[in-house]
Amino acid sequence: MRHLKLLRIGPIGFRVGSHWRGPVAALDDLYCDYPEPQDGIADFNVHLFAARPWRRVLRPAVHIAGDFVIPDAAPLPLAQGLLAAEMGMNLQMALGLRRYLLLHASMVERDGRAVLMTGISGAGKSTLAALLMARGWRLMGDEFALIDCATGLAHAFPRLVSLKNEAIDVVAKALPGARFGPLLEGTPKGAIRHVVPDARAIAAMDQPAEPSLILFPRFGFDAAERPVLPSEAFVRLTQSSTNYVNLAERGFEALARLVQKVPSRAIDYPDAETAIAMVEALA
Amino acid sequence: MNPALLLARVLRDPATIAGLAAAEWNALWAVARAEQLAGTLAHRIAGLPMPEAAARLVADAIASAEQGRTAALWEAEMARRALADLDVPVVLLKGTAFAAAGLSPSVGRTIGDLDILVPRDAMGAVEAALLAAGWEWVKPDPYDDAYYRRWMHELPPLIHRDRDKMIDVHHTILPLTARIRPDAAVLLAESVALENGLRIPKPQDMLCHAAAHLFADGDLAGGMRNLWDIHCLLGEFGFNGLAERAAHHGLGAAMARAVRQSVRLYGTEAPAAWQGWDALDPLFLRRLTARDHWGRSTRKAVQLGFYVRSHLLRMPPAMLARHLWTKWRKGYRPA
Repeated sequence: MRHLKLLRIGPIGFRVGSHWRGPVAALDDLYCDYPEPQDGIADFNVHLFAARPWRRVLRPAVHIAGDFVIPDAAPLPLAQGLLAAEMGMNLQMALGLRRYLLLHASMVERDGRAVLMTGISGAGKSTLAALLMARGWRLMGDEFALIDCATGLAHAFPRLVSLKNEAIDVVAKALPGARFGPLLEGTPKGAIRHVVPDARAIAAMDQPAEPSLILFPRFGFDAAERPVLPSEAFVRLTQSSTNYVNLAERGFEALARLVQKVPSRAIDYPDAETAIAMVEALA
Repeated sequence: MNPALLLARVLRDPATIAGLAAAEWNALWAVARAEQLAGTLAHRIAGLPMPEAAARLVADAIASAEQGRTAALWEAEMARRALADLDVPVVLLKGTAFAAAGLSPSVGRTIGDLDILVPRDAMGAVEAALLAAGWEWVKPDPYDDAYYRRWMHELPPLIHRDRDKMIDVHHTILPLTARIRPDAAVLLAESVALENGLRIPKPQDMLCHAAAHLFADGDLAGGMRNLWDIHCLLGEFGFNGLAERAAHHGLGAAMARAVRQSVRLYGTEAPAAWQGWDALDPLFLRRLTARDHWGRSTRKAVQLGFYVRSHLLRMPPAMLARHLWTKWRKGYRPA
């Protein structure tokens, strides 16, 4: 691995190695305000590599691996190297994290109170998180919420916010001064562009927050809202956690406590403006 | 320093973590994870002074291994229940056996599949009982299935549909095509009963199996973990009766090589008769420690050599040629 990037996002340290300079240069640029892992020791390694030596130069294809591996993860073209690095870091978290209960959710905070937003891909998690950041909320993450099994506190994981397709322009308008990554077209999820969390999100990334609301947003429907029973929230969150089973009793207790203590709401929304108004009214 | 040798040094002498640089810590964990030794490493160095970030990794790895142990013992219990009515001896092998008996290799050990040994004439009944209890086939290919049933020492692997755990049902410990034919009957007959009725091999047989698995079968992938098992078992049970038992199974050479490598890599205390170093040993050591600072396997030529060796050990050349040709046509390529 000729090129190397060490960085820390929230409580998690990463060591990313790459055969090519491109992906690491992109990380260097977009994560330039992030610290190194504590003590220089990474929690997870990510490898971006060519399956055969000549594929470094000839139609270069970026394979993604690390300490914890999913076999047969499809490679990406070198132009999408940044995406490969992000996917690699996410994958390591999803497969290897045992220190926190990991929920696939975006998360914003105001006055020490964290709002978790979870749902299927396309529900608008990342977009809502970015737009709420534009309105003065602290961005805690757009992909993972980390719940401390002992304290129940939510820890931030403010990596680059990954915007897809139509959301790219919506957020660019809302955050004119933000730093954006390159526009990546033709990815497995369509067009993707990353936006760097604002200075406040990075500066406060070591501060956990008390979860105060769990939202299950759904995009593309008339505005509607209903309470979600703790039992339903529990089941839905087990499905949005990649390490719930592995944490066993610790995970069960953390999740049970979360859904009993924190109210849950399902919201449907036709457009971002409506959703923002609904979130701000509920939180 | 070669990062695999660094891992071995820390396992044999945990105090050597004092003064490790950050890059060495990173390499140490990367190799430990790749070799399925992270939990073992964590237990070895727990409590020693170290950077906070390393201590966190230790705590994580210990918790993770503990959960893995619970799940592995539960899986053994599930198999016990599924097979209880058959009235055949069920002998736990490898990781699950160490954990069930509380043996020293099990401290922090990652346990993958559940491996059990049953009498060959009970295979049909065992298979039927497991299928009835929710295990399913994972090898859809008819050639693979037929190959396993005719030539292998185990059924094609089964996986439980709800728990997603794999079980390997063995009737002996090396493929039937291998030149070495361990005595499965005596392995079963002299196995030791645990409180719950499941059984484990007697100590010398556990060591023979570990040596067979490492040096008489397979290409030594993940060999550092298997060799650590051997190191721990030797420390626990000593060498009494070991040479005779290994000779009985036809595993004298494999056992001797296992001890020599264990002495070299982990500093196992062994009687003089077991020490020494033959002409091929350095090559085996090179294969065992073929890892880079990212935990990725290196020394591709050495690996390929051992891959070929593993197949030559497993089957006679004509049969191997036919087998590889069939697999190649089906699109299989060695990693």
